[in-house]
Amino acid sequence: MIRLTEVTKTFPGTSKPAVDKLSLSIAEGEIVVLVGPSGCGKTTTLKMINRLIEPTSGSIMLAGQDILSMPAYELRRGIGYVIQQIGLFPHKTIAANIATVPNLLGWSKDRTDARVAELARLVELSPEFLNRYPGELSGGQRQRVGVARALAADPPVLLMDEPFGAVDPIVRANLQDELLELQSRLKKTIVLVTHDIDEAIKLGDRVAILSEGGHLEQYDSPDQILRNPANGFVADFLGSDRGIKRLSLITISEIKLDPGPVVPRSATRQEAAAVMARYDIGWAAIGDGTEVEGWFRAADLEGRDTLEHVVAREFQIRLSPTDSLREALDAAITSHSGMAAIFDGDRYLGIATVDDISREIVQ
Amino acid sequence: MIFAQADEPFVRWDWIGRNLDDLWAATQEHIILTAIAVGVGLVISLALSIVALRWRKTYTPITWVTGVLYTIPSLALFAFLVPITGLTRLTAEIGLVSYTLLILIRNIVAGIDGVPGSVLEAARGMGYTPRRMFIDIQLPLAMPVIIAGVRIATVTTIGLVTITALIGQGGLGFFILRGLQFFSAIGTTQILAGTVLSVLLAVAADLGLLGLEKLLTPWAKHKAAVG
Repeated sequence: MIRLTEVTKTFPGTSKPAVDKLSLSIAEGEIVVLVGPSGCGKTTTLKMINRLIEPTSGSIMLAGQDILSMPAYELRRGIGYVIQQIGLFPHKTIAANIATVPNLLGWSKDRTDARVAELARLVELSPEFLNRYPGELSGGQRQRVGVARALAADPPVLLMDEPFGAVDPIVRANLQDELLELQSRLKKTIVLVTHDIDEAIKLGDRVAILSEGGHLEQYDSPDQILRNPANGFVADFLGSDRGIKRLSLITISEIKLDPGPVVPRSATRQEAAAVMARYDIGWAAIGDGTEVEGWFRAADLEGRDTLEHVVAREFQIRLSPTDSLREALDAAITSHSGMAAIFDGDRYLGIATVDDISREIVQ
Repeated sequence: MIFAQADEPFVRWDWIGRNLDDLWAATQEHIILTAIAVGVGLVISLALSIVALRWRKTYTPITWVTGVLYTIPSLALFAFLVPITGLTRLTAEIGLVSYTLLILIRNIVAGIDGVPGSVLEAARGMGYTPRRMFIDIQLPLAMPVIIAGVRIATVTTIGLVTITALIGQGGLGFFILRGLQFFSAIGTTQILAGTVLSVLLAVAADLGLLGLEKLLTPWAKHKAAVG
């Protein structure tokens, strides 16, 4: 879909190129994340694709066409563009902001209005916001509008320059999830720039790691990059915790779960104590098979012979099979017991222990 | 007013009553002189601002020349122009327009420069042409600063119009100038009438433009939150 061949950019007044003979090919429908330390030319590379920066030499093909073969403004109207500061037009309503490219393309009012309404639904923006101004929205809402605006004319390619860099971590995680959800339906070709390797791993189908001067150090799937860093630069950039980072790529459903310390209501104190001893912990769950009521502490059995009158406590952290092992690890560590309980809706599936999870790190 | 005789009243209300038509006509003339000056000044300033924004190096010479114009005493300017353009409205307007330029150009350029870079980058990235971006994005966003300049220019011009009475124009300045020739309450009354009406006109114009700004920039009450 996008092919960069020996692309070089040397800014006026500098001797060293910001991007030096970079070749990169991006397939249709994939998310490619350009990541690297500052000065690695990732943003310059992105901006050369929509000609906000003109390359000094080399060629860039988009859908088989040289991007220099048409006027820059025409090229840009066919490419969605999202930037960190969002850059919404403060003097236009949200609806008018979303309608920017359709208006530039001269769409009819009916067609534009219908598209704006459709996009508001797509990015889950309540219609009441459409007549407001950007200044009235929160950061997360504005970023959603920015994405809707970029998608307005249904461009096949989306360029995103640190799109979630300016929002707080919780909103960022939500926006990332929404982007992935959106992408699963839209199948756009997305090039995204970030300096955050965790974001790159989470979002990228493929990740291009760049070093200073726009040198491509490794270009592969996140899993491959984390398993086999191409060189010392990549390994350093990934950090010493790259094994743990890889856990965010594996879902809980991919590992074998332990049934966990589950005892039936009918169990005696001795039977419950035996189960806890086997797991070497001070608690157990009450239930049978996939039906689990809750859990109790060893101390709750004080002065009782059976579990009959023990009050079941609720699991505070319930993970689902679609959560990542990274989340399971966080939950297991913070729960003190070294285990995370996994539920599929109300069905109890078992537990993931720190041991089970760390086995995946080693592999 | 020190010329007013002790046994006369301070203000001759009967004079005002007898000259209502003339006062009204002078007020209208005052408004027209001001409107032409600010209108023509705005057109010239907009053109010069576009030149200054397009070719940055011209900004300093443009502000330098308009700055010199701004500092020329108005009396001297009219004295210089009268031999060329006579005791005409044109002479008055040349002077009045030249005094608006510096204020207007500075505010237009500052307003356009004040548009956030991220907004311009987004606009460019989505396929705006430079001309369309200027009209659709930069000019509207610069509007609060531009209107602030128009307000200052208008209020200044309303005051300056009175001076043009010296060359047979002047709107309300006519009464101020003529009042100075009477050593009596009639004179004081005329000076006061001209001055008070001129001040009222300035206040009204300022408030009117403030209202226009609110009307043209409905988003501005939220602009502080936009990043």
